[in-house]
Amino acid sequence: MFYDITASPDGRTVNRNWVSNVAALLDIPFCVAGGIRTVADAEDILRKGADKISINSPALENPGLIADLAKRFGSQCVVLGVDSHSMGSSWHVYQNTGDAKRISRTSRSTTEWITEAQNLGAGEIVLNCMNQDGVRNGYDIEQLAAIQERCHVPLVASGGAGTMQDFASVFRETGASGALAASVFHSGDITIPDLKHYLHDANIEVRL
Amino acid sequence: MSGARVAIVDSGGANIASLTYALDRLGIESKLTRDAQTIRNASHVILPGVGAAADAMQRLNSNNLSKVITELGQPVLGICLGMQLFAKASEEETTECLGVIPAMAEKLQGSPQMPVPNMGWCQVHQSGSHELFAGIENNSYFYFVHSFALPVGEYTLAQAEHSQPFTAVLAQGNFFATQFHPERSATVGSQLLSNFAGLRA
Repeated sequence: MFYDITASPDGRTVNRNWVSNVAALLDIPFCVAGGIRTVADAEDILRKGADKISINSPALENPGLIADLAKRFGSQCVVLGVDSHSMGSSWHVYQNTGDAKRISRTSRSTTEWITEAQNLGAGEIVLNCMNQDGVRNGYDIEQLAAIQERCHVPLVASGGAGTMQDFASVFRETGASGALAASVFHSGDITIPDLKHYLHDANIEVRL
Repeated sequence: MSGARVAIVDSGGANIASLTYALDRLGIESKLTRDAQTIRNASHVILPGVGAAADAMQRLNSNNLSKVITELGQPVLGICLGMQLFAKASEEETTECLGVIPAMAEKLQGSPQMPVPNMGWCQVHQSGSHELFAGIENNSYFYFVHSFALPVGEYTLAQAEHSQPFTAVLAQGNFFATQFHPERSATVGSQLLSNFAGLRA
């Protein structure tokens, strides 16, 4: 998953040459996110070799974009990113979270937005739980489990991974299809081969 | 390396680039084309495809490529939708397909635990040994993205499971196909593409 998180707040789209360069090197699927606002933007990025595109803020501004992308490329290409923050006993969707100056809370509840997006054709949901994001205290199990109940497409957990145990917990306790992490891998605190062996030993299905 | 000259049939799918890159990494010469003569003259032909069966068949028919493909004598590899196009027909909008394989592409049955499309890494169980599997351990994981699949039949070389078993790899004469994406299946996928390019007509 390649995020250009300031693309939407800056009014840009992710750099296309960089997508080609990544596609030429990688032999596993990858997804590109960042300021994709139109079917033409998405088509260009997929042609450059990305396997999926992920949209977040532009879908909040124009939910019909999800349907347009799903119709043109199939739901399997269309990943919806959702930045969600808990407010008491419910969860709310935020947009433009890549820029501290432009971030804003939308009028949408996370559960309603996830349902609407699936009905429009989103093929996968990455739920970034902002309360936990970057703090390495574990995934937001309560929120992810609640959203998973409403998801009939794969749900990827995001935000909060700190230890290998956190990954095992999120798979066991929420039924999420995948778990996304960035900082623990980038810092080298957890290596991906070590994590895969750990999960395999914990009887969680993973490709070694 | 293998001396193969691969024609990739341009069926209009948006992500053919990853296949071209995978062949480049293997040092296999390839050309993306809709030209009948280029396809006939290639040592190997790949029919990729992502998208809808009806769209892809319409594109092949409008370029008069359906007959060209079914009459090929060199090794031909269908990938993902390309495999489904080898069937007689697809349940996807009841589309008539190329008819190389005597079967019908069927919609996967979804459930809350088994969402459709089937997306991700699934184990592939080989039914026996085959040149395509040289150097690939049985039950290796490959990357799948699909909503339709061919049932298991006499043509099946390997199967995988979603809500039910389906054909993951098939062979019928000089026609081969994978439901998964070898170009996105890490080392084992590259090995399969390399094995295909090594097949003789």
